[in-house]
Amino acid sequence: MQNHPVYTDNDPQNELSTLNLGPTHPATHGVFQNVLQLDGERIVSGVSTIGYIHRAFEKIAEHRPFYQITPLTDRLNYCSSPINNMGWHMTVEKLLGITTPKRVDYLRVIVMELARISDHIVCNGVLGVDTGAFTGFLYMMEFREAIYEIYDEVCGSRLTTNIGRIGGFERNFNTIAFAKLRKFLVDFPKTLKEFESLFNRNRIFVDRTKDVAAVTAEDALSYSWTGPLLRAAGVDYDVRAMNPYSSYEDFDFEVPVGTNGDVYSRFLVRNEEMWQSLRIIEQALVKLEKEPSDIFHADVPEFYLPPKEEVYNNMEALIYHFKIVMGEIPTPNTEVYHSVEGANGELGFYLVNDGGRSPYRLHFRRPSFINYQMYAPMSRGMLLSDAIINMSSLNVIAGELDA
Amino acid sequence: MATIPNEELLKRIGEKFGEQVTLVGEPYGLLTVETGRGQIIDLLTFLKTDAALRFIFLTDITAIHYPEQEKQIGVIYHLHSLTTNTRIRIKVFLVDGDVHIPTATVLWEGANWMERETYDFFGVIFDGHPDLRRILNVDDMTAFPMRKEFPLEDPNRVDKKDYFFGR
Repeated sequence: MQNHPVYTDNDPQNELSTLNLGPTHPATHGVFQNVLQLDGERIVSGVSTIGYIHRAFEKIAEHRPFYQITPLTDRLNYCSSPINNMGWHMTVEKLLGITTPKRVDYLRVIVMELARISDHIVCNGVLGVDTGAFTGFLYMMEFREAIYEIYDEVCGSRLTTNIGRIGGFERNFNTIAFAKLRKFLVDFPKTLKEFESLFNRNRIFVDRTKDVAAVTAEDALSYSWTGPLLRAAGVDYDVRAMNPYSSYEDFDFEVPVGTNGDVYSRFLVRNEEMWQSLRIIEQALVKLEKEPSDIFHADVPEFYLPPKEEVYNNMEALIYHFKIVMGEIPTPNTEVYHSVEGANGELGFYLVNDGGRSPYRLHFRRPSFINYQMYAPMSRGMLLSDAIINMSSLNVIAGELDA
Repeated sequence: MATIPNEELLKRIGEKFGEQVTLVGEPYGLLTVETGRGQIIDLLTFLKTDAALRFIFLTDITAIHYPEQEKQIGVIYHLHSLTTNTRIRIKVFLVDGDVHIPTATVLWEGANWMERETYDFFGVIFDGHPDLRRILNVDDMTAFPMRKEFPLEDPNRVDKKDYFFGR
């Protein structure tokens, strides 16, 4: 990657042109810079520069109590914030030994699968835009909006959700949330089907994406790829299936796997994952009917903030509120690694605790960061226009890349 | 294949490396061992290539700083055996001032940016790394910001003084 020939401007042999792709090129959908050496339209070599929106989350997290770290995780992969939030809550719960009721697990599964769908909607929609088909994107975006409205009913915000609390949710799902969810489950499959029929056998789309940026399973594993990218290359590693969290073991779903790891495979894998997510949500709704409808958090008063009306009227609640806010509850002096299947792959939280109110060290294993490092090496020999599509299909989110 | 029990995994490592690899603990079931930088590549190679273990997947490389310890900087590897669904955590502690450790890029291409990130934030120098530059911070930064002595905010800034807020 670093060994490209260096020509000076005056060198008569210099037939390569240098192109700064990014950091704010509209086709890159985020703050990504790649300095490319081009021979005509073909990429000879490239160097990625990242870190443009680095916000030092790991450093900030060392100075914040556990519950205040959730808003930081929002801003990692902001296309599917709830997965980050829940992953963080589950890491802390694992550290503290909290077991959540089944109803909480199922509600979490619903929110996480919605987030996965919304992330894949953006990725596959934008992939269509980059190959010249705007229609699919517009059709699908309507349903990202529908998902955001469900978040809105559950937690009050849309993009950076800060959804849930350590131990469960801050409030129960209301009836409007369930109504919107059921409407989504009826409407979205029709559009997804339409979207698939627009693209899956579309001659232009297939020609643009098939065998573009194909990655072997060996390379994908060597580069520590996870998520849809790894599965498109043929490795069936899905954290939800391999190390189930939040009661994923109760659900019946399939892990779609591609064959040759090209852009087209990744597109198909993501589409199929949306179908599987819908399946999971439907199962979760059925399972919820058997659970008591008033439970939405675990019984952990030492870590779950009591409702405000109780804080003002109940002595115990006031004490717990004070202890939580002032951080006077001892936590185990140990370390924990927990990972969830984010929309882009294995999102891991490595938390080293020293017994205080904030982590001694917190490291995010960010799939976008790890997936993106193959971008420059794999672009070698590729056409510039293919490299753009490849970037879309990697679904690298700048917030997660730079943390 | 079923998950490899921690005792068996530790026994396998012990047979090969003896005293060079020591057990740290098993927090939440994840076997954690410590080794020296002289053995780290041998240990990683053994774990990756052994036919029964096959820790072929490098989950993460990161570091941690304990200013009060003699060996201040710890480099932490997380490996995952996808065929047996077993994880292992390996720690190597380094003395500040001599933070050299061999690179794992010889085993995994993906170690490249993980090590660059670790260098960027902790100053760990991975010997043999093909391109050890800063990755998220600016190139002309002189400090290693995730070390504990580095303040979260610039202590010299004046715009957050109390008198600006009537306090």
